[in-house]
Amino acid sequence: MLTAILSGFVFSIFLVFAGKFLKGKLAVLSALVPLALFVYFLSFLPQVAAGEVIRQEIAWVPSLGLDLNFSLDGLSLLFSLLITGIGFLVFAYTAEYLKNHDYLDRFYGYLGMFMGAMLGLVLSDNLLSMFIFWELTSISSFFLIGFNNTSEASRKSAVLALAITGSGGFLLLAGALLLGNVAGSYDISEMVGLSSNIISSDYYIWIVILLFGAAFTKSAQFPFHFWLPGAMKAPTPVSTYLHSATMVKAGIYLLLRFTPVLGGEDIWNTTLITVGGITMFYAAVHTLFRTDLKGVLAYSTISVLGLLVFLIGLGTQYALTAAAVYIVVHALYKATLFLITGIIDHETGTRDVTRLSGLRKVMMPVAVAGLLAALSSAGMPPFVGFIGKDLVYESTLEMGNWAVFLTVLAIATNILVLYAGFVAGIKPFTGPLPNDFKKVHLPGILMWIPPVILALLGIIVGIFPGIINDSIIAPVVNAVGMEGSAVHLKLWHGFNLVLGLSAITLATGILLYAVFKPSAKKERGIARLDFIAPLTLITNFGHGFKAFSNWWTRIFQNGFLRNYVSTIILFLVVLVGYSLFADQNEIPIDLSSFSRMTYYEMIIMGIMFLAILFVVGARSRLTAVVAMGVVGYAICLMFVIYSAPDLAMTQFSIDTLTVILFVLVLSSLPKYLSISDYRMKAVDGILSISFGVLITFIALEVLGEPVNKEVSDFYAENAYVLAKGKNVVNVILVDFRGVDTLMEISVLTIAAIGVFSLLKLRLRRDDRELKD
Amino acid sequence: MKTIILRTASNYMLPLLLIFSVFILLRGHYLPGGGFVGGLIASIAFVLHAFANGLGDTRKLLHFHPGFLMPTGLALSFLSGVSPLIFTGEPFMTGLWYPEHLPIVGNLGSALFFDIGVYLVVQGVTLTIIFTISEST
Repeated sequence: MLTAILSGFVFSIFLVFAGKFLKGKLAVLSALVPLALFVYFLSFLPQVAAGEVIRQEIAWVPSLGLDLNFSLDGLSLLFSLLITGIGFLVFAYTAEYLKNHDYLDRFYGYLGMFMGAMLGLVLSDNLLSMFIFWELTSISSFFLIGFNNTSEASRKSAVLALAITGSGGFLLLAGALLLGNVAGSYDISEMVGLSSNIISSDYYIWIVILLFGAAFTKSAQFPFHFWLPGAMKAPTPVSTYLHSATMVKAGIYLLLRFTPVLGGEDIWNTTLITVGGITMFYAAVHTLFRTDLKGVLAYSTISVLGLLVFLIGLGTQYALTAAAVYIVVHALYKATLFLITGIIDHETGTRDVTRLSGLRKVMMPVAVAGLLAALSSAGMPPFVGFIGKDLVYESTLEMGNWAVFLTVLAIATNILVLYAGFVAGIKPFTGPLPNDFKKVHLPGILMWIPPVILALLGIIVGIFPGIINDSIIAPVVNAVGMEGSAVHLKLWHGFNLVLGLSAITLATGILLYAVFKPSAKKERGIARLDFIAPLTLITNFGHGFKAFSNWWTRIFQNGFLRNYVSTIILFLVVLVGYSLFADQNEIPIDLSSFSRMTYYEMIIMGIMFLAILFVVGARSRLTAVVAMGVVGYAICLMFVIYSAPDLAMTQFSIDTLTVILFVLVLSSLPKYLSISDYRMKAVDGILSISFGVLITFIALEVLGEPVNKEVSDFYAENAYVLAKGKNVVNVILVDFRGVDTLMEISVLTIAAIGVFSLLKLRLRRDDRELKD
Repeated sequence: MKTIILRTASNYMLPLLLIFSVFILLRGHYLPGGGFVGGLIASIAFVLHAFANGLGDTRKLLHFHPGFLMPTGLALSFLSGVSPLIFTGEPFMTGLWYPEHLPIVGNLGSALFFDIGVYLVVQGVTLTIIFTISEST
């Protein structure tokens, strides 16, 4: 299985070198990769249908619990088949859609990377490796949305999508770590057995919230749905593949995967039903007001994703079966509709649904595919969509007190989804053919065959639901912890309530389609409500945050060294002073232990004091620096007197070099008549005096405390024994704590490189102008 | 500051100070001193020379940019830290010692090479910063 996952990545890397050859007529060959993978996964079908779970375990970073454990059960297999199967059709379609595009190789590279990542995501049994693949899908989605990188709108949408799904990834990581700690293992298959422990743990609620955050952002649930319509800026194959059939279902996959681990609790069910319900209805209403075909499809995709979350929330046998069936149904018809939209866009140059009509006369096979897909999305018998819709109603009807409300909600959503399907799949092909489109013709066979295949599959599976019943749906239901053998998909259930509801849905939907026409006016109308849309709110929040950050940076990173130093000292004084004086009223000062001051100490103190007066009163910077140097030398003398020759030597050399450095820097600064005014001097004076007082108190306090000599004794005793040195200071530097020194000299080097590059590697004026 | 006295003095001071810096470096294991101070003293020697004779002369004397001392020193320190891993299989930064007592140096061990690395890095850093700043003014 690792090979299968890696093949996507290997394919992308291969394109880096061989992309040129695959750009031309050979482009279609790249579709062989997903095809081979599809066949490979198909070969597991009998085993998985028999209830087997195929595992592969590779230790990667065992110390972190991060292993490449893959397992293939019904749920993984369903997704793997979708990823590779639709992947195959999309790869082939792209060869024609982006024919002769300059960056076709790059596009295939991203697609390959995405395919590998998505396979890794659904096959991973280890939560941490799943997170890695999860992030990789977000990243490849970012590149694909921004594929037309010359358009600003594309770039913006790509960043927006990355921001939303990326923050979701962050939540997933947090949730995964929490879950791993609670369960004691990162293997999902082990967590299933520990379900009751996890649910009773204190962290259960946090785990659920974090995982919900990840799933809702990835699967575009309200109020994080807005990145998905934006993601439609990507070329249509990407919308088909990532933003309808596979990637956006990663959140659904996550929820299904964790249903047996975390599911069954009130918070799990209620949240999912609420969020899913809001999403499906909100997005479905939005489809009414879109004129861009891809906009219609994007919102109807969000609506279906909401429906899936809703079904997982219901959590019953019927509901989960319905979710499994709906994943198949949706992948089949929505991919078809997207591919058709791509064809229309490619051939006519517009996706405006108000302008498109009569295209059946010029592209019959596409029109047939569109009709089939629209009918499947409507849930018309004998399409597979009908089975899906039936199951949805059956599961909502079971819900006791809430049955009526939930069923009405589901019906309303389905009516609107039907409308969206008809607008995208039927409307462009009916009516008279406008003159502009007379010359439109069928695209290359590679483009129109894939939607036809998918549309036909929709009706074949509908008529013979047995094809997917035992092989796919039952294992999926098993994998989410329900009884798979109880699943019996049937087209005809006899005359009952569900059939009546279906009939109502169909009749109302078709009526709505006949009466309600999409128009630019309605789109503008709904745009007036944009100011309360989540997109606007979150973008405004982003702008506000940016403004706040700018303000913060301007205040604290103002570029004046003196302000930095003042701020640091001020905070030090306040915080340390507080902690020093808050606990105790008296500082224990033991004056008796002090030795008497000698006359040479007094002389040195006097020199130091004079030098400080010079610094404060200096009229030029040079005087101040030299006087500071005198202070430094006086401190060196103190070190000598108190038997710290190492310190004294170092301080002496450092002081010399500092003065030289200052002199060099000062000569290039403008001359001042007065270095600072009285107010600044007063403020600085207060600050430095309080700092000095504080340090004095700390020193006194330290002297008053009993001294712990354990460490210094250890060094003193062992310096010669272990490190063969008599100078303890140096032995500490080069041996005991040598790694510290190694880091310090590295930091010094970095600082020197920084100075060098700041001063030497500035662009010269003419270079700079050239760049502009 | 091109006075004849300073210039003449600095010509004698440079080798003296450099020898002194090496002396400080080598005695560091037993008495006050070490690579850090040694490196600072050596840099002071060069800076003094540059003050007296001009930066160009000092550069000519050095033959190479002092910046190259930084990677050399870092590599030396790092390798002396790694050497126990390679030679005896002991952990990083374990001291390796030559069994015989040598004249002048005393005990020869990996710590000395580590200190020499520090000595070179400190020189490289100080001289790079000072030379760069004085060139840009």
